[in-house]
Amino acid sequence: MTMAPQTLAKAGEAAIPRRERRAALTLALPALIVLVFLYALPLARLLSLSFLGDAGFSLEAYGRILGDAYGRSLVWNSLRLGLITTAITLVVGYPAAFGLAMSKGALRSLFLASLFLPLAASVIAKAFAWTILLRSHGAVNDALLLLHITDKPIRMIFTQTSLIVGAANIFLPFMVLPIYAVVAQIDPRLTEAAATLGAPPLSAFLRVVVPLSLPGVVAGVALVFSLSVSAYVVPTLLMGENYQTLASAIAKAFLLVRDPALGSAAGAILMAIGLVVVVASNRLGRASGGR
Amino acid sequence: MTGAAFRVFAMGAMLGAAVFLLAPLAIIAAASFSPTPVFDLPVGGASLRWYAAVGSLDGFWPALTLSLEIALLSTAVSLVLGTLAGIAIARGAMPGAQSFAAALTSPLMMPGLVLGIALLQFFRSVGLTQAWPSLALAHVVVTLPFVARTMIAALSRFDFTLLDAARTLGSSFPAALVRVMAPALAPAYLTAGLFAFLASMDNYPVSIFLTDARTKTLPIKMLQYIEESPDPSIAALSTLILLATLALLLVADRAVGLHRLAGLAE
Repeated sequence: MTMAPQTLAKAGEAAIPRRERRAALTLALPALIVLVFLYALPLARLLSLSFLGDAGFSLEAYGRILGDAYGRSLVWNSLRLGLITTAITLVVGYPAAFGLAMSKGALRSLFLASLFLPLAASVIAKAFAWTILLRSHGAVNDALLLLHITDKPIRMIFTQTSLIVGAANIFLPFMVLPIYAVVAQIDPRLTEAAATLGAPPLSAFLRVVVPLSLPGVVAGVALVFSLSVSAYVVPTLLMGENYQTLASAIAKAFLLVRDPALGSAAGAILMAIGLVVVVASNRLGRASGGR
Repeated sequence: MTGAAFRVFAMGAMLGAAVFLLAPLAIIAAASFSPTPVFDLPVGGASLRWYAAVGSLDGFWPALTLSLEIALLSTAVSLVLGTLAGIAIARGAMPGAQSFAAALTSPLMMPGLVLGIALLQFFRSVGLTQAWPSLALAHVVVTLPFVARTMIAALSRFDFTLLDAARTLGSSFPAALVRVMAPALAPAYLTAGLFAFLASMDNYPVSIFLTDARTKTLPIKMLQYIEESPDPSIAALSTLILLATLALLLVADRAVGLHRLAGLAE
């Protein structure tokens, strides 16, 4: 996470003249107003709506979600999508970020373009492209048949395989870029120093490089998890009705069946997950030495 | 694992990731040349008919114009707000700077649909019912965290005493800002602006609650097209957007270097 220099903020507080503190508050004021009126207040209002029943305060909407198997499956499906997508993008993205940091010239340009360019293609178009790639007579199945990995087409479209592949594809740049931003700044002389002091390469990597890369990992994991746990377009286009999540329940409650209490409760649960991620990633980011 | 082996492994992972990331884009580009009205890989010849069809898609131009207006305006507003807040945080003179920084970047981790409904209900409660201003205000919240992340990082690294040095050497304060601070922060502005703009252009979950029958943004129109008639005109449109972005990236690479942009994308 990107934070103000800790030492500066802490040591300086007493010494900073009131005039400067007031100037800082004035500079921050416009953004603060946006945060309060267009973010905190609307979310707090939605949260309060989720506790509203026919006769005042009620936990009925939460009971409808957490109290039955279907409701709990919504929560579980959201969490599972978030967890699996985060795990896959971390396993691929962590070494890839190092590969990007080590690359030079044309290869580096290609790598960077492969991370930036997909951000410009609409999620809708990319998800649709995956339905072409993964369908029974699509490119992936043709390749598997050609390589004799399988002797008849594997049904992937509208299965969880297609959902996970699509989600990993769409969220991978959000894992690689934050890790790269941190890894690129690690001084290569540190591993050389560790080697000079007698550390074998693997232990130098595990004890010097990995700890230094952790702030990037925390940022990437927080970002990918929060994006994928609440993803709406990806599961809708790749699995449709077969994979219902909290996000699809929210959309349905507000856009189709007009059940604002249920939608607000589903929203509040997703919001709580988001808040946990925000707080945890800040704590962990600071603990792992993030600025 | 030795250094050389790790190098090969890491580069291999990135190469695999690059192929994986570019695969759907290649499919989109290929499908855009399809001679048949099916969104699929072209078989038996190529055709440009879907590029010609893009312009005559029902409601396409208003949707594109609306998305561009909202994205440009909200990105510009966020750049101003994010820079001012970033200076307040980076100078360390603000009480609660850390929490404020965390709050500024947190909308990125909040579910878009939830933010969309919350804003819809809030705007209704204060009597704001027009789609255009609702979208513009909402997209400031969508774009602000992208700007805040990058600008706080960049401003924390910026040496503010350089401004004092420039003034000691006879430069006026505005001149010092333009000639010392602006060049140092140019890559950060480019990164922040690019990410914020793209996030706004592709936003579906927040916008879906704030549009009305006549005011629809491009992603909402696109999902509607795909559900109604999934023909390759969507692929042609996406390919055109990709080409425009590719041109933008080439310019950015020439101007400051893509790796510097990526280095700021934390």
